Amino acid sequence: MSDDLVTIEIDGKPVEAKPGTMLIEVAEAAGVTIPRFCYHKKLSVAANCRMCMVEVEKAPKPLPACATPVNDGMKVHTSSKTAVDAQKGTMEFLLINHPLDCPICDQGGECELQDVAMGYGEGVSRYNEGKRVVMDKNIGPLVATEMTRCIHCTRCVRFGEEIAGMRELGATGRGENMEIGTYIEKSMASEMSGNVIDLCPVGALTAKPSRFAARAWEMIEQPTVAPHDGVGSNLSVHTSNGELVRVVPNENEAINETWLSDRDRFSYEGVNASDRLTKPMIKRENGWRECSWETALNEVTDNLVKINGADISALISPTSTLEEMYLAQKYLRGLGSNSIDSRLRQVDFTDQDSMPLFPWLGCGVDDLEKLDAAVLIGSDARMDHPIIAHRLRKAWLAGGKVMAINPIAYKLNHDLHAMLTASPAQMVSGLALLATKLGAKLPGSLDYASSFKGDEAVVESMAETLKAAENSMLLLGQYAMNSQYASHLRGLLSQIEAHCNIKFGYLPDSGNTTGAWLAGCLPHRGPALSAVTDGKHVVDMLANSDKGYFLWNVEPEFDCADPQRALSALQGASFVVAATSFATDTMKSYANVLLPISAFSESSGTLVNTNGAWQSFNAVSNAQGEARPGWKVLRVLGNLAQQSGFDYTSSTQVRDELKGMCTELPAFSTAVTGEIKYALIEDEPQLQRVSSTNNYRSDAVVRRAAALQRTPEAEDSAVRMNSAELAKLGLNEASQLELRQGMHTASVEVVIDETVPAGCLYLPAATEASAQLGTAFGNIEVKAS
Amino acid sequence: MAESTTRKADLLPADVRGEIDHWLGRFPDDQRQSAVLGALRSVQHHDPQHYLSTEMMDAVADYIGMSEIAVYEVASFYSMYNLEPVGKHEISVCTNISCMLRGSDEIVDHLEKKLDIKLGESTTDGAIFLKKEEECLAACCGAPMMQVDHVYHEHLTIEKVDQIVDQLRGSHD
Ligand code: SF4
Ligand code: FES
Ligand code: FES
Repeated sequence: MSDDLVTIEIDGKPVEAKPGTMLIEVAEAAGVTIPRFCYHKKLSVAANCRMCMVEVEKAPKPLPACATPVNDGMKVHTSSKTAVDAQKGTMEFLLINHPLDCPICDQGGECELQDVAMGYGEGVSRYNEGKRVVMDKNIGPLVATEMTRCIHCTRCVRFGEEIAGMRELGATGRGENMEIGTYIEKSMASEMSGNVIDLCPVGALTAKPSRFAARAWEMIEQPTVAPHDGVGSNLSVHTSNGELVRVVPNENEAINETWLSDRDRFSYEGVNASDRLTKPMIKRENGWRECSWETALNEVTDNLVKINGADISALISPTSTLEEMYLAQKYLRGLGSNSIDSRLRQVDFTDQDSMPLFPWLGCGVDDLEKLDAAVLIGSDARMDHPIIAHRLRKAWLAGGKVMAINPIAYKLNHDLHAMLTASPAQMVSGLALLATKLGAKLPGSLDYASSFKGDEAVVESMAETLKAAENSMLLLGQYAMNSQYASHLRGLLSQIEAHCNIKFGYLPDSGNTTGAWLAGCLPHRGPALSAVTDGKHVVDMLANSDKGYFLWNVEPEFDCADPQRALSALQGASFVVAATSFATDTMKSYANVLLPISAFSESSGTLVNTNGAWQSFNAVSNAQGEARPGWKVLRVLGNLAQQSGFDYTSSTQVRDELKGMCTELPAFSTAVTGEIKYALIEDEPQLQRVSSTNNYRSDAVVRRAAALQRTPEAEDSAVRMNSAELAKLGLNEASQLELRQGMHTASVEVVIDETVPAGCLYLPAATEASAQLGTAFGNIEVKAS
Repeated sequence: MAESTTRKADLLPADVRGEIDHWLGRFPDDQRQSAVLGALRSVQHHDPQHYLSTEMMDAVADYIGMSEIAVYEVASFYSMYNLEPVGKHEISVCTNISCMLRGSDEIVDHLEKKLDIKLGESTTDGAIFLKKEEECLAACCGAPMMQVDHVYHEHLTIEKVDQIVDQLRGSHD
């Protein structure tokens, strides 16, 4: 390799570098920092701030290091008089219009302009004329603007164009009147918009929810992992006196690079929501009252021990830590129950015994950007896991072809090579047709190719593209996994993988979905694949009231596939314990004991991301009130129930116990294997409800994150139908529809969306409206309301 | 979230579309944004208030396939585009060096008094718009000069200005 390198000299020191690399990067690698504003390693070179001027021998004048490629024999001086004069000159110009309002600026103390001005600015300004002022526009609840501070580096503009794939900020006006902004008053719509806060070198763009909350130097920075989408983005939590102030990304090239989704950045606000449960509570004849931990835990133990283990069902949030999951199943299995599940939104478990070790991506998150072709199946990738969508966008930018088979035309940050929207049954048929065209021999129980009613040319084009690609993948999303034909879809993808050399991966739907499988939070498998007597899966648990329920950070009206059924099952139970970070009236309507457990950031633990990476973290903020880390609560419960093996002194011990069990695991892929009795797919004569989770309402913490809840995405609860379908039902004039599933009704605003397949009604799940209804997939009736 | 179903480009009248198509035809398919200057000019000409509303700029963005902000950038960069409603006839007095030396300031003063508006404003009857600032229009040899609806008037005197404005007013009534 070394003969590909050139040798240059930076400040008298010889340095080797690849020819063509920009000087600023080479210098950085050699430990020489050149001041800069517009340069950012993840963005294109703009070279517009001129701060990075250096002296290059034989060049007639100073050159910008960010836009000067290295050449053999180049001699660079980064701090010679010529270089420093140029840098100081630039600094003086940059400060001409800057308001120098550092004392009231959130960026103060961590501002690149401040830092560089310390090194290159003069103590006194020679500029006596009036400074320009830029009037701010409200660009939404997440990002605060103070555009008078902007130095026009255009990092935020390039971020929109190059990374987010949607240009929202721009430079309008010209010369002295140029302004960075949205031009019109408009909320930023990118699901990654918060990244401009980190990119902005000055205080022009700052985090709105934490505005004026603390000074940079008062905060403590601690690393942790994002618990919402299973990608496991690395982040740092900033706290002041133990209180959460804000969240920023931690760089991890294999996962989130330098980015963070808005959900991961702003969800922390939910932790301190006003309905936070801070003391154990217990229901008595005369209502709810607070009690001591001792009373609450004894009450739980006395009641659960009385119930026959087989009559206890446990619903565990898939955002829980690995330690909580492992201990919860250990405790429940100790009580004699195998009815444990964290697949709360799923309904089809036909193939659960044939599932791989865990439903995972099947490759690294970073491998996605190397794909030549990918088909998203039932996935709103952009909102479900923005970091994965970003990797796919990189694949697309490199010429990869991204395709989709979805319930509606979900928008990505790039063009789709081919797209099909299909009803649940048609999704199976379309995929079966694709499999056939790819040369897979389908077993009769999966061969629905001939019942495909959609556009065959689209399927044909997908097949051709996949055949031509060397490195391609089918990605099964949240919608597909939760649909009533999930097992058929998994079966078809497994067939394609087996016969056609096209990989298949599961896109994660929650923070620790993968971990739940390893930890044995499942009715049919114990930790690390160990065999257990089958318990009930979540749908059976809720089909009728069980005697006892054990809920772990679950709000069934939002987190379960069938909210109303879940509620009525819980209400009919004789004893319900809810370990939860928040207390709601709904919970109080069915529970007997509420145990306050710590929320995200307050407990140590581990999350397993979608490519199987175990990421452990410490508690980074103080728990509220008497809330306790979940693993500690479970440890005490285990001891109170006189179960053995609950003497852990740290969460690390819990993790290591499970890790020990996982060392001997067999090799595994993503495919389902073995005999599977697939259900027969019937025609869909009646209007079908189809749903996907509104991602800004995906779990209890996110639902309480105040700023996120003010975004237009969070408010999206409208039902979508195509105009022909509405006309057929005589509803084309209606703006509000009454939806009915069984006895349950809800009145919801309707949006005409021609991409919704015929015979379908699309309704986001986990909203206030969907909480009043029944199952996420299945028959539904509508009328005007 | 899914795409909304009505298109913003629907706002563009047929003749404007025709003109934009003409411009689009002159550039390669992967350079559609090159047509934005012509498209905006066409929209402004057809607009009853002679300006580019946000809605119309969005329509252009949608029609050409650019981001909206990129259209705002172009529209706000060039002084020939009006971003607020203006009067029917546009008067731009050059105030650059040659014209200034030859008395353009008096011309501006006179116009402001005569029309009872300031630079950058339009008369209340919507007849005349006095453009805020105009740089050298490359007619220095005829200084002082002004441009009225794309026509150059040179060697201006107060009388000549009066005559031109009165004529405009007449043609408007
Ligand atoms: S707002 Fe910040 S990031 Fe954007 S151009 Fe201005 S200084 Fe740069
Ligand atoms: S960092 Fe080089 S010009 Fe801005
Ligand atoms: S200065 Fe007025 S036309 Fe040149």
